[in-house]
Amino acid sequence: MTTTNDPYAGTTESADGPVFTVTGQDWDTIDPSLADGDHIVVNMGPQHPSTHGVLRLVLEIDGESVTDARAGIGYLHTGIEKNMEYRTWTQGVTFCTRMDYVAPFSNEAAYVAAVERLLQIEDQVPQRAQDIRILMLELNRISSHLVCIATGGMEIGALTVMTCGFRDRELILDCFEAISGLRMNHAYFRPGGVALDLPDDGLQRVRDTVAVLRKRLPEYAALCNANPIFKRRLKGVGHLELSGCLALGLTGPVLRATGYDWDLRRTQPYWGYDTYDFDVVTWDEPDAYGRFRVRLDEMWESLRIVEQCLARLADSQGEPTMVADRKIAWPSQLSVGADGQGNSAEHIAHIMGESMEALIHHFKLVTEGFRVPPGQVYTAVESPRGEIGCHAVSDGGTRPYRVHFRDPSFVNLQGTSIMSEGSMISDVIVAVASIDPVMGGVDR
Amino acid sequence: MTDETATPGSVPGDDVVPSDAQQLEVIGVREGAFGVSGSGDTSGFGGLTRPVVMPPASTAPFGGWFDEVAEHLVDGVGEAGTGGAIEKVVVDRGEITFHVRRELLVETARHLRDDPTLRFELCSSLSAVHYPGEVGRELHVVIHLTSMSFRRRIRVEVSVADADPHLPSIVGVYPTADWHEREAWDMFGIVFDGHPGLTRILMPDDWPGHPQRKDYPLGGIPVEYKGATIPAPDERRRYS
Repeated sequence: MTTTNDPYAGTTESADGPVFTVTGQDWDTIDPSLADGDHIVVNMGPQHPSTHGVLRLVLEIDGESVTDARAGIGYLHTGIEKNMEYRTWTQGVTFCTRMDYVAPFSNEAAYVAAVERLLQIEDQVPQRAQDIRILMLELNRISSHLVCIATGGMEIGALTVMTCGFRDRELILDCFEAISGLRMNHAYFRPGGVALDLPDDGLQRVRDTVAVLRKRLPEYAALCNANPIFKRRLKGVGHLELSGCLALGLTGPVLRATGYDWDLRRTQPYWGYDTYDFDVVTWDEPDAYGRFRVRLDEMWESLRIVEQCLARLADSQGEPTMVADRKIAWPSQLSVGADGQGNSAEHIAHIMGESMEALIHHFKLVTEGFRVPPGQVYTAVESPRGEIGCHAVSDGGTRPYRVHFRDPSFVNLQGTSIMSEGSMISDVIVAVASIDPVMGGVDR
Repeated sequence: MTDETATPGSVPGDDVVPSDAQQLEVIGVREGAFGVSGSGDTSGFGGLTRPVVMPPASTAPFGGWFDEVAEHLVDGVGEAGTGGAIEKVVVDRGEITFHVRRELLVETARHLRDDPTLRFELCSSLSAVHYPGEVGRELHVVIHLTSMSFRRRIRVEVSVADADPHLPSIVGVYPTADWHEREAWDMFGIVFDGHPGLTRILMPDDWPGHPQRKDYPLGGIPVEYKGATIPAPDERRRYS
């Protein structure tokens, strides 16, 4: 019988009476006369379709009610921060973009902002590069919110929301692919600018996508906003007031759903966000429904910003997208070909056939990298999930001495317990979905 | 680099007392160049020895709102006239760092949160950095606080020795530090006294060692590609 030889529950006695361990299809091995009540501890996950990757929820349940909920994380830990200590500052982008894979541009943004502040070149980054970054960040905000709404809908059985969400997200990822060469994990932002300028048809592509999204975003509102099933599943679920958010450090849509208009794009603007016209979305119901409405409205605001970016980028065609300092600017000119991002044939011909100095310069910067003066900085940007911060420490070398990311999913996930204790099991799913954690970012 | 400002030939463990505000914060020594050692170096660059110096302590006035925060922080914590909890203040790249004595960390945090002139409501982040070259202060815990009321950010840094990696937990003041402190324990082996459940969070429960420490290897295996072998990342030539 499994009650005695379980390595994780060695004792069968506790203060509350006997403990039985069952793993499935062996419930009849328990003698019901010994079991008092039906207080059960259940592992939801790590392999559970509703846990957004590999999140393990340890639920103590009394019937259908959750009396105690604990999140177990770490299943997707890949040592990204440690790995970055063994690569150059530029290569670091390739690693950190893989953390929160639903919003890769936010990871890159926090990191390059930190490197640029360490180098003290923040005001030398060309305006066009900053506008391109904002364009990508806002498109990414829409695609990330679409994934959140899509998966959240799927988990409560609204499969149409899921198919719509992924359909529209793919349009944005197509834009990303055309511009950066990759759908995800772009490594497109680089210290000092962006890896390459927009392709010739880039602006038109984004313009077309925005037009399609303007037609399609109302579908989500029409499908969900007043849908009685949707509302009954979401309203009042995962309730967390402002004071709870601040104590537990929750930011992003969860915080804004409490009515507090804290958005780093507005409160601590970076890269010229203060010159864009947009509204910070808030809601007055701090529950899963409120968060859904915040995300829905934020997509419209992001579309507004994207359109302003498009106008500015059309005016700044041909302007530089990388700092003028040749000791920092990545020498290699990349181009997007039919098979993705690659070296530009022109640049290869130049360094291999025309200029020995260019070859030496390229080789030194690519293999050795640039040096960053010693010191430490913390930069924060508003990711779709909240504040993503990057604490970067340099010892004056060509590699980061330490990089730590304050990932919003990691912090927000701490709200799981308070949001789901006392509710039904089915509400745990909704509460976790309303936090919108991405486990790649949580575990790094 | 900062060669001319540093004491020549200073090496870690050699009378480095960085807690003194007048001293430079030497965290290590960099030797040679181009990542080569032991080969027939004819360039002379292999003999280079340079101390690695972090930004030094700043003296008041710090500029802008930094002075206001520093003043309220010094006055509000600890006994009057002792300088309070602050060991030193570093202003660098537009950011302010308060190095705080660990005994007074919780009191400092509570004051920073509750004082109406400070109002650091949000603990954005807590993490650690391992400086093995800074003997006696190897482990630094770095806390980033945000004042949403005043839209300010500060950094609070606490140093502890490798031999005594204890400091008080601030979970009682900022509950959000719970997971952050567990991560710092998991990755650096720093013990936060008073934490409600200091267990590993990212690594498996039975994992030996603390991976983010500098003496913990990255690991990896050499990879063969078309006849050439590329060593593991931590075995490759490094230039820094």
